[in-house]
Amino acid sequence: MDSFGSDFSSGAAGSGKMDSGTIMEQVKVQIAVANAQELLQRMTDKCFKKCVGKPGGSLDNSEQKCIAMCMDRYMDAWNTVSRAYNSRLQRERARI
Amino acid sequence: MDTQGVTADPQLQQFIEVESQKERFQQLVHQMTDVCWEKCMDKPGPKLDSRTETCFVNCVERFIDTSQFILNRLEQTQRGRGSLSESMSD
Repeated sequence: MDSFGSDFSSGAAGSGKMDSGTIMEQVKVQIAVANAQELLQRMTDKCFKKCVGKPGGSLDNSEQKCIAMCMDRYMDAWNTVSRAYNSRLQRERARI
Repeated sequence: MDTQGVTADPQLQQFIEVESQKERFQQLVHQMTDVCWEKCMDKPGPKLDSRTETCFVNCVERFIDTSQFILNRLEQTQRGRGSLSESMSD
C-alpha cells in the first residue's frame, strides 16, 4: 500500500477513465486511512497524558513501557466500545 | 447532503450511503472511546480487567441514553413548554 501522502488519483484520473468501481475502492482506502490517523492521534494524546510526566530529555524506559501497554489497552478499549455500541444499535433496531 | 444531483448511478449512491453510515459509526466509536477512557481508565496495565471493561460498556450505554434524553427533552421544549430553563425546573 502506498504511503499516507500519496496521490491516488494520479493514474487513471489523468486519462479520464476512472470507473465507479475504482472510485469506490479508492474512497474505501482513504476512509480507512483517515480512521487509522484518527485512532493514532487520540491514542497518542491519551498515552502521552497517562505516561509522560514532566518531559525530560528523552523517553525513559518506564515511560516507553507505559506507552506500549497504553497502546494495547487503548485498542482493547476501542474494541470494547465498538462491540458495545454495535450491540446497542442492534437492540434499538429490534425494538422498532 | 443531496446526492441526487451528484450522481444518477444507484450503485454509487448506495455505496455513498453505506460508507457514510459506517463512517458515522466509526466516528462515534472514536468519540466514546475518548470520553470513556477519561472516566474508566486509571493506570494502563497488562490487560483490561473486567471491572474496567464493564465501565466501558456502561459508559457507552449511558452516553447513548444521554444523547436520547437530550433529544427527547429538546423536542418536548420545542412543543410549547416555553424556554429551556423553564422546563428544567420541574
